[in-house]
Amino acid sequence: MRSLAVRRRREWALAYALVIPALVIFAVFTFYPFIQNFKLALYQNPPYPGLPSHFVGLSQVTSTLTSTSFLQSLESTFEFVLLVVPIGLFGGLMLALAAHKKLKGMAIYQVIFSSTVVSSVAVAAVVFGTLMDPVVGLLPWLGLNPHPAILSNPTWALPAVAVIAIWQFLGLSFIIMTAGLQSMPEEVLEAARLDGARAPTMFFRVTIPLLSPTIFFGLVIGTIYAFQSFGQIDILIGPQNAAFTHTNVLLYYVYTALSVQNNPGLAAVLSIVLFVILLSVTLLQFRFLERRVHYASN
Amino acid sequence: MAKVLFEGVSKRFGDVAAVDQLDLEIADGELLVLLGPSGCGKTTALRMVAGLEEVSDGSLSIGDDVVNDVDPKDRDVAMVFQSYALYPHMTVARNIEFPLRQQRMDAAERTAKVAEAAGTLGLGELLDRKPGQLSGGQRQRVALARAIVRDPKVFLMDEPLSNLDAKLRVQTRADIVSLQRRLGTTTIYVTHDQVEAMTMGHRIAVMQGGKLQQVAPPEELYERPANTFVAAFLGSPGMNLLEAERVGDKLITPAGEINVPEHLSAVLDGPVTLGIRPEGLHLSTSGLAGTILLVEMLGAETQVHCSLEGGATVVVRQGHDAQRPTLGDPVVVGVDAAALHAFGPDGTRVAGT
Ligand SMILES: Nc1ncnc2c1ncn2[C@@H]1O[C@H](COP(=O)(O)OP(=O)(O)OP(=O)(O)O)[C@@H](O)[C@H]1O
Ligand SMILES: [Mg+2]
Repeated sequence: MRSLAVRRRREWALAYALVIPALVIFAVFTFYPFIQNFKLALYQNPPYPGLPSHFVGLSQVTSTLTSTSFLQSLESTFEFVLLVVPIGLFGGLMLALAAHKKLKGMAIYQVIFSSTVVSSVAVAAVVFGTLMDPVVGLLPWLGLNPHPAILSNPTWALPAVAVIAIWQFLGLSFIIMTAGLQSMPEEVLEAARLDGARAPTMFFRVTIPLLSPTIFFGLVIGTIYAFQSFGQIDILIGPQNAAFTHTNVLLYYVYTALSVQNNPGLAAVLSIVLFVILLSVTLLQFRFLERRVHYASN
Repeated sequence: MAKVLFEGVSKRFGDVAAVDQLDLEIADGELLVLLGPSGCGKTTALRMVAGLEEVSDGSLSIGDDVVNDVDPKDRDVAMVFQSYALYPHMTVARNIEFPLRQQRMDAAERTAKVAEAAGTLGLGELLDRKPGQLSGGQRQRVALARAIVRDPKVFLMDEPLSNLDAKLRVQTRADIVSLQRRLGTTTIYVTHDQVEAMTMGHRIAVMQGGKLQQVAPPEELYERPANTFVAAFLGSPGMNLLEAERVGDKLITPAGEINVPEHLSAVLDGPVTLGIRPEGLHLSTSGLAGTILLVEMLGAETQVHCSLEGGATVVVRQGHDAQRPTLGDPVVVGVDAAALHAFGPDGTRVAGT
């Protein structure tokens, strides 16, 4: 008995010893900044750099949350997310279904469809930026010349950058959906065919329910991805652009608050808001959707 | 209800002929068991009837219609899968109801049919559960209920009992047989368990390497196997096989001689493979010489494995009151010559025996 207790203790000691390096890194680079961020939110920076910031309590939080630029940013963010996630998931599912045929050469399509995962934001932005260019892009080539050009058009700039994010998310979405399809019990689908199910019934009553855990996973991942995208916007639009206020999603606002406006206090408030939104959206998804999601149990 | 007819049906996967030139007729209302070792093409044959696998060659009919190119959903066959393949997101009631919904049957009729099928299989209490909340035996019964509820032309069952424990297997076996006899639905039942085959089938079709070896009622299969494969495959253990040569009124084997029995005397000539069931052998003072290799005590009986001079191994079945021999001892195996089977050099049963 005694030796067992000793061994237990040794095992625990070893476990902690192994975890500590990771804990230290997390503490220094994640937990400490995270807490520090809350402190920053309570201090206001003077408009000119170099002067000391001073404690203002929650007044900076309330003034930010009620400002028009914040509300505009919030609206753009949700519009962006609501464009990227559903379209990206649906597109990924369609591609996965198309490539889930036991035909020769399908592997090539699978590689092509999933390739957007490994392309960088910068490359994607430059390619799409060229396609959307008012002079050498696709639209003038088709004889269309919207004015102002798409990427400086307050109405179309956000959907345009959303297209790039969708394109990039498509690869991941395709991989997730393909994994889901491949782990689907083949015999259940065959049983449905023998039971006389026609194509729409197969899809909506069998395939989709069986795939629901996968779709749910994709939804959570996609939402986080969409909330965190801003590289396309920074590269193609930027703060000088006429459409800037309509494409200033939250994370980009955090970035410009810090690097353009030199305002750490504002950036801190915005990043807390983003954190709270992401956390609540994810919790909501788990709470409301998970109950309706089927997890196969045999 | 309908007969099923295989005419020269083959299925090839690349170079592998999973089913090779199968000719087989399953009569209307019959329960035919497809029996054979793993990989012999049983599942493939069944899946071709279901339409889940395309026929490479030959013609497959259900009733009077050739169904080679008919979609699975239009064949009116129901299949019970080894994995049960229940819809995990639907309740038991919904699972059973699913095929009826596809037929656009109206709700009242559907409910009545589900209740009837569930009653038949004792699932009344479980209708609101999901498959994940059921035991293996219960899932199996849900799969059966889903198959019988539509009253299909043909039932296809692919090793439906293999996931059940021994006791439940015996019980469910009996249930399936009585259900099939009552409904009178043509049934193809795949198994590699010969006890299942012997107890369930009107007839048994034995397959090996994609080829049909023999189709016959259980007794005939056991008593008159058509070739050495069927002889050795059926029974536990299977029939003992011995190489011999007929000289005059003797059958000469390396381990000794046997008098040619009357039923073989007119048909045997030259080299022959003799077959004898373990119960046709006994430990004796005259017969074939060998040594005791292994003694297996199985309760009611004992199986004595003997290595005969010349290299052949035979199994002798003893009643439980017999004197049990000791490992390694020399032994003489007596042969009940009247129980001998004879197979020609190509392994097929000698004609006229
Ligand atoms: N989809 C497939 N592709 C290639 N070969 C296959 C395929 N399905 C079956 N085979 C081959 O065909 C042969 C017969 O397979 P089948 O599944 O019909 O055997 P079985 O008699 O049902 O065996 P078991 O008792 O193990 O289930 C095997 O050699 C198998 O490897
Ligand atoms: Mg099989």
